[in-house]
Amino acid sequence: MSPTGPIALLFAVLLTAGSQARAQSDAVPAFKEVDSIEARVQGCVTCHGQRGQGTNNGYFPRIAGKPAGYLYNQLVAFRDGNRRYPPMNYLVAYLPDSYLREIAEHFAKERPPFAAQDAAPADPATASRGKALVTAGEPAKGIPACVACHGTGLTGMEPGIPGLVGLRPTYIVAQLTRWRVGDRHAAEPDCMKRIATRLSDTDITAVAAWLSQQPAPKNPSPESSNLVRMPLACGSQR
Amino acid sequence: MSKLRLGLRILLGLAVLAVVALGVVFWMHPGALPVDPNAIAANPTTQVINRGEYLARAGDCVACHTTPNGKPFAGGRPMVTPFGALYVPNITPDDDTGIGQWTADDFYRMMHTGVSKNGTLLYPAMPFASYTKVTREDSDAIYAYLMSVAPVKQQNRPHELQFPFNNRDLLLGWRTLYFKEGEYKPDNSQSAEWNRGAYLVQGLGHCAMCHTAINALGGSSESKAFEGGMIPNQNWYAPSLTSNREAGLGDWDIQDIADLLQVGASHRGTTYGPMAEVVYNSLQYLSDEDVKAMAVYLKALPQRDSEPPPTSQARLVNPAVMEMGRKVYATQCAMCHGDEGKGHAPAYPPLAGNRSITMASPVNSIRMVLNGGYAPGTKKNPRPHGMPPFSHILNDEEVAAVVTYTRVAWDNSGTPVAPAQANELRRLLPE
Repeated sequence: MSPTGPIALLFAVLLTAGSQARAQSDAVPAFKEVDSIEARVQGCVTCHGQRGQGTNNGYFPRIAGKPAGYLYNQLVAFRDGNRRYPPMNYLVAYLPDSYLREIAEHFAKERPPFAAQDAAPADPATASRGKALVTAGEPAKGIPACVACHGTGLTGMEPGIPGLVGLRPTYIVAQLTRWRVGDRHAAEPDCMKRIATRLSDTDITAVAAWLSQQPAPKNPSPESSNLVRMPLACGSQR
Repeated sequence: MSKLRLGLRILLGLAVLAVVALGVVFWMHPGALPVDPNAIAANPTTQVINRGEYLARAGDCVACHTTPNGKPFAGGRPMVTPFGALYVPNITPDDDTGIGQWTADDFYRMMHTGVSKNGTLLYPAMPFASYTKVTREDSDAIYAYLMSVAPVKQQNRPHELQFPFNNRDLLLGWRTLYFKEGEYKPDNSQSAEWNRGAYLVQGLGHCAMCHTAINALGGSSESKAFEGGMIPNQNWYAPSLTSNREAGLGDWDIQDIADLLQVGASHRGTTYGPMAEVVYNSLQYLSDEDVKAMAVYLKALPQRDSEPPPTSQARLVNPAVMEMGRKVYATQCAMCHGDEGKGHAPAYPPLAGNRSITMASPVNSIRMVLNGGYAPGTKKNPRPHGMPPFSHILNDEEVAAVVTYTRVAWDNSGTPVAPAQANELRRLLPE
């Protein structure tokens, strides 16, 4: 054996280890059977993770465990152009309803672990404002608590309300802002539009900062519907 | 225990009684007269409308004449061209805002000559240079179908074309250069199947709109028919259908060509982007016979290599680039496309020997790496596999390296691409 042999081998091992570390941060395509839903949704994984847990990269949301009805509504809205995000609009443009429903149900069933929070903690004033809005709302301004619809554990509610834990602050800020300015809509009556238009920029930052600091819920499943009277009528719950 | 058995027996008895009772009700109930689907289809008017619907699918009218999520055929969709935006008109049978007042003669004149009912010349974004080949009988069937759809009251939006293109008189010149009026004339030296395919490809299919290069005047020359070209404003390259270096189909099996057209995926390649739209809106609805006829015609197109294969000098790749490409490929691509680029067709297309990868224009390969893509969900492939975007994972050097790698590895005959080419396409929105 040449003296360089073991060194080359060590180098190869290091390279492999490096690519594995990368594989966890940016999900790379992986599946067992070509004829499986896991193989079919490889188009989603570099942004949303192999099991929908999200990736370290960018602000792409966690989609795992969100109610299937919510995920399906989003896929249809992306396909039909009612929700604008060009990379998503392009990917799902020519997919039929039945398949979008299957993709939604697949990710709704997934329960991958939550990633550790990577956002820096907010200053105490922002955090306390965020906590107040999320848990109690601001009745004087007609702002209901997030937990009233998104669940006490913030894991969402069947069939159409998404969980809010495990999302990055950039994503939450972007969505609330889009709703406020009329870029994002939901089925009428659009309850989120009414709420978002009552929030200030500071409120949105505070809510996003506090939400992104919440630990992983003990039970990640969405609450079942009709357990509570919702403070506003929401079209997506019908 | 015995009580439970007794209970079960009673239940069983009741169940049998219920079944008998249901049977009696079913047998005695008069019900509606049986529907004879043949009787409906035999109605001549229905037959014509059904055929018109089929032909309108073949012409893909809906794709341009409907806004996303809008009412079918109500128009309003902007068509962005290098000369400004055209707004596609309402072709529902509304009397005031659509074509409700048109006669079958008006409709045929528009299809055949590109002149609207009121005498205005149509812009060639309407593929009348192809539709002129449609027979009077087929035009009448499409007319009958359009008259049968729900009328929608929606005013047409004026075009927003730059000077001088906003002057329709210029179209006279364009028509002299690029428009040849005339229905399809069968070639008696060819089979009926070939002629049917030629009629669909050259006429309603209006394939030449993308697969023939469009020059600075927005015209395409017949001598360059199906030689491929960039699709203006969509930034996808429509490959040549006549070159064996691009998408020339001379060495494809008829079944693979038919699958590509109708299913959207085949053992040789898969459709994405604008071609996926054509399959999704139009070709998946065509009959097996018609798709096969198109395949027969396309396969028989004369193959002419408009440019020589790249020289070995042009194919030289910097070893460091090749190594970077190989590493990216192994990490990100090999899982689906295989170490040897063989893929898992039709789910994951092969890259080795795939001319969509090796053809002179690398635009489509770069776009696929940046934005990923799903094959269209069709009747024969309702749950297509998809490729994820890598634009947020790979930088311009890595995109160029991995595209270069797939273009030259496994005896592929392509040429290297530069990071600047990846950068240029990265700045465009996916569509």
